[in-house]
Amino acid sequence: MISLNRSNCVIIVTFIALLALPPVLASIGESYYISIVTKILIYALVGVSLDLIIGQAGLVSFGHAAFFGMGAYVCGVLSHHGSNGLLVFYLFPGTSNALLTWPIAVIVCMLLGLLVGIISLRTAGVYFIMITLALAQMVYFLIISIPQYGGEDGLGLYGRNELAGVDLNDDTQFYYVCLLCLVFYLAGSIKLTRSSLGLIIKAAKFNQQRLVALGISPFKYQLLIFVFSAAGAGLAGALMANLTQYVSPDYLHWNLSGKFLIIVILGGIGSLFGGFYGALILLGLEEVLSSYTDHWHFVVGVILIIMVLTSRQGFYASITGKKT
Amino acid sequence: MILLLEQLFNGLQLGVTLFLLASGLTLVFGIMGLINLSHGSLYMVGAYITATVTQYSGSFFIGLCAAIVTAAILGVIIEYLIMRHLYHRDHLYQVLATFGLILFFNESVQMIWGSQPLYINIPPSLDFTVKLFGQAGYPAYRLAIIALGIFILLILYLFIFYSKIGMLTRAGSSNREMVQALGVNINKLYTGIFAFGAVLSALAGGLAGPIYAVEIGMGESVLILAFVVIVIGGIGSIKGSFISALVIGIVDTLGRAYLPQFFKTFMSASDGAAVGGSLASIAIYLLMAVILVFKPKGLFTRL
Repeated sequence: MISLNRSNCVIIVTFIALLALPPVLASIGESYYISIVTKILIYALVGVSLDLIIGQAGLVSFGHAAFFGMGAYVCGVLSHHGSNGLLVFYLFPGTSNALLTWPIAVIVCMLLGLLVGIISLRTAGVYFIMITLALAQMVYFLIISIPQYGGEDGLGLYGRNELAGVDLNDDTQFYYVCLLCLVFYLAGSIKLTRSSLGLIIKAAKFNQQRLVALGISPFKYQLLIFVFSAAGAGLAGALMANLTQYVSPDYLHWNLSGKFLIIVILGGIGSLFGGFYGALILLGLEEVLSSYTDHWHFVVGVILIIMVLTSRQGFYASITGKKT
Repeated sequence: MILLLEQLFNGLQLGVTLFLLASGLTLVFGIMGLINLSHGSLYMVGAYITATVTQYSGSFFIGLCAAIVTAAILGVIIEYLIMRHLYHRDHLYQVLATFGLILFFNESVQMIWGSQPLYINIPPSLDFTVKLFGQAGYPAYRLAIIALGIFILLILYLFIFYSKIGMLTRAGSSNREMVQALGVNINKLYTGIFAFGAVLSALAGGLAGPIYAVEIGMGESVLILAFVVIVIGGIGSIKGSFISALVIGIVDTLGRAYLPQFFKTFMSASDGAAVGGSLASIAIYLLMAVILVFKPKGLFTRL
């Protein structure tokens, strides 16, 4: 039974608001905003996945855009070949069936996560930050060096993927699919953090030596949560490719990795749900500021610096009163 | 053969530029424990100031001096206003605040100089070629950069190992609290070191100006290369960053020059160029990954 404390109330109210949003927007004739909120949901998914490794494992990944972008590219390339009939890497046919493209995108990202994790989890702290950044940069350069898939120009898609029983080209239906993905991933993340695996990871964050002394080597558990996190970011990437019907190298860019970190901090580290509020604030801020000035990055930069220097907990904690 | 030599020198020149950036980064990290993403912004600001002042004064040397002075002032201001409050914070917050600084600097530069790239001419006194081993000519300007880089390494070495401030710096990097307890004004020392790193970064940017385009974001790609350099060299180690900067510079340059040709020998021309080009663009990251497998803390762990 869910108790009705303040944080649960906030979550329930948010969830109901998200469910009710499309009909409300449609009734006031502002359906344009649906795609913005969809983007917020997608970024929230990355925020949750990143918070999982930062908040739970204490590992700051500065390369999450690599998984996000890889998910987008895998989905984009498969759909691209699905519509032009050529073989992917001369090996197998493409497809635009979402039940194939999305899981394949997730699996490829998990494999990439496994690779990046094996290399970067040998280190910790600032080394981990720099290595994830460097490896993400490697993925970026690797993908823009393939001219068939647009190089630096990105790859346009012919419409969204197909999903049996759902019309993804309809913005409202696509919105609900994204919401469903976010809810499932959140549920999985919460289950993971409450499992014994989650406890081991948290223990490793606070005192790795003691954990090792107890006979538990945290490496494989950290690797597992890293791969799970990569899966979430990859799924978000696949959704993003569908939302914009375009795959851009920007999705792999390290600037985006920085934005994902901002989302986690804005929402509050370790709260998981904070990922959504962080995405809401950051993208909302971007949307509002960019309508006033072209130099809105300037304002975001200043806000970011002031935020770091003054506050120590995220938005989620301040509205729920819950320490994270 | 002469082409190989030329590429080798190009690699050295890139390596020296990277060293100028990496030495500041690694000093600031090794001593203050601060990861500074905005280091690349000073590189960019250095290049812009050099370009503008060179244009107005007609002298590249005056341009460089202006960049150095600006960077020193900016370094002191940034350290005083922002970095000082971050030394004891988690690395995550250092990353975020300095990421905010990057956004700030990029937009400021765009507001001041616009989004068109600037170009700096090679100073006339260095605009000639030198014959390497009596054969094809090599630009004197690039040779000058290499020489300057080696000169700065020597200065840094003498400074760190034979001066009083250098001694305090070394002491500070092994035990901050103890140095402070001995009555050293550590805040001033930190400000000085940070400004010094900023100056080296701006110098690297100014010197790179005549070779690469001066544009917004130019500092970021080179900053990530500098990260690779200090990760391989061992964070906090000047010696390590010098050696790994040269290795990275040479591997990157030679990879880009020869890998596509190499793959063309047994693949079709277009496939070979594509595979070789892809591999060349990730060669240094692969190198980093391989080194980290054997040496997770980098090649050198001492200053």
